[in-house]
Amino acid sequence: MSLIIVDTGCANLSSVKFAFERLEIPVFISDNPSDISAADKVLIPGVGAAPFAMDKIRQRGLFDVLSRLEQPVMGICLGMQLLFETLTEGKIETQGLGLIPGRVTALDTKLAPSPHMGWNQINILKGDSTILKGIHSGDYAYFVHSYAAPLGDFTLASCNYGTVFSAIVQYKNVSGCQFHPERSSAIGAQILANFAKG
Amino acid sequence: MLARRIIPCLDVRGGRVVKGVQFQNHVDVGSILDLALRYRDEGADELVFYDITASTDQREVSPKWISMVSRAIDIPFCVAGGISSIDAAGARLAAGADKISINSPALMRPELINNLSEAFGRQCIVVGVDSFEDKGRYRVRSHTGDPDKMRETGRDTLGWVQEAVDRGAGEIVLNCMNQDGVRKGYDIRQLKAVREICSVPLIASGGAGATAHFSDVFKQANVDGALAASVFHKAIIAIPDLKADLKDKDIEVRL
Repeated sequence: MSLIIVDTGCANLSSVKFAFERLEIPVFISDNPSDISAADKVLIPGVGAAPFAMDKIRQRGLFDVLSRLEQPVMGICLGMQLLFETLTEGKIETQGLGLIPGRVTALDTKLAPSPHMGWNQINILKGDSTILKGIHSGDYAYFVHSYAAPLGDFTLASCNYGTVFSAIVQYKNVSGCQFHPERSSAIGAQILANFAKG
Repeated sequence: MLARRIIPCLDVRGGRVVKGVQFQNHVDVGSILDLALRYRDEGADELVFYDITASTDQREVSPKWISMVSRAIDIPFCVAGGISSIDAAGARLAAGADKISINSPALMRPELINNLSEAFGRQCIVVGVDSFEDKGRYRVRSHTGDPDKMRETGRDTLGWVQEAVDRGAGEIVLNCMNQDGVRKGYDIRQLKAVREICSVPLIASGGAGATAHFSDVFKQANVDGALAASVFHKAIIAIPDLKADLKDKDIEVRL
């Protein structure tokens, strides 16, 4: 089994790699389109701003390969948001990879501080996915974000911070976590192991 | 619900964790990795590493131990100390830090906050503010790592917090210097005043000495997290006991 972490030039790359190393699961980091399309599984990390990240993906010639992935894919945080069709940040619209139908928009935190930062509970809506093996409603995961995907048919688990949004998504071969599994203690490690071994 | 965060702060000097009283007279309290792992095991929600001499010595924190910490722990951590450029911040984030915190360099060059926020996203840019109460006014000090180099900035704390948020800070850590290391409780009055004007997460720092100080600061100042050092380093408060107490008082915590 080969698992590639896509080098999108984003900052949490090594944290994600270290998380798999703690699980003793071999991973490769690559921005080579043919290596990525040949991998058994592909993980897309990401933090920061969507336009910046999509620019990097295009500059590295990765848009075509990433938007056509047919093997199991997992996106983390911004990496999850990039799987959607469109990302709206302020007045800027960014075209995503289009692997999941829908739009990522600013999270309305109501009166609570923004960004949504810290450990929040997830609520499982569809529990039959292998990604969720050993994961329960009420488990805490570490979130850091200002934008979010709404609830949809693709929502496996939700989270509530002013607004209810998608915490874990799955659509066909593609899954994603809005939170950071690499920084979400044992629960996060379990999700990464589920993806790698499932 | 979003849990309130308990954040041990590890002041780093010369590759070791140290602690002083009111930013002076530092004593060695252990190795970086030993303490990071201990706090992770005890249920800390996040760790902060301050290289307390970096800003005053005109150097920047070493990414080598950052990568070591990132490899070992599975909770988020923030690094601080003399980060004064996009490259320096980027190197620390690439080494595996989840957030970087800036303090004195931001006071000298406020546009640094904008630059870092634009480059990496505001979610990983923390601005630390060392605030000192003087005749009922809250004033910002810089270069507090070394008493000989400490400066009055002439800035008002509330104004500076507002400016930092407007420039793109994703979180504010407010160190109330009158309280630091003396363990008499957080500066609730000051934190409440800052909370009023701070639209990003606010972390209380300085003064934790007893379990009740944490429930007080969460209930009365509505901060997102509470940072402390000596009470954890000296095992005066154990994090599991602290979290159990907070839960008993209906404060949301991750157990």
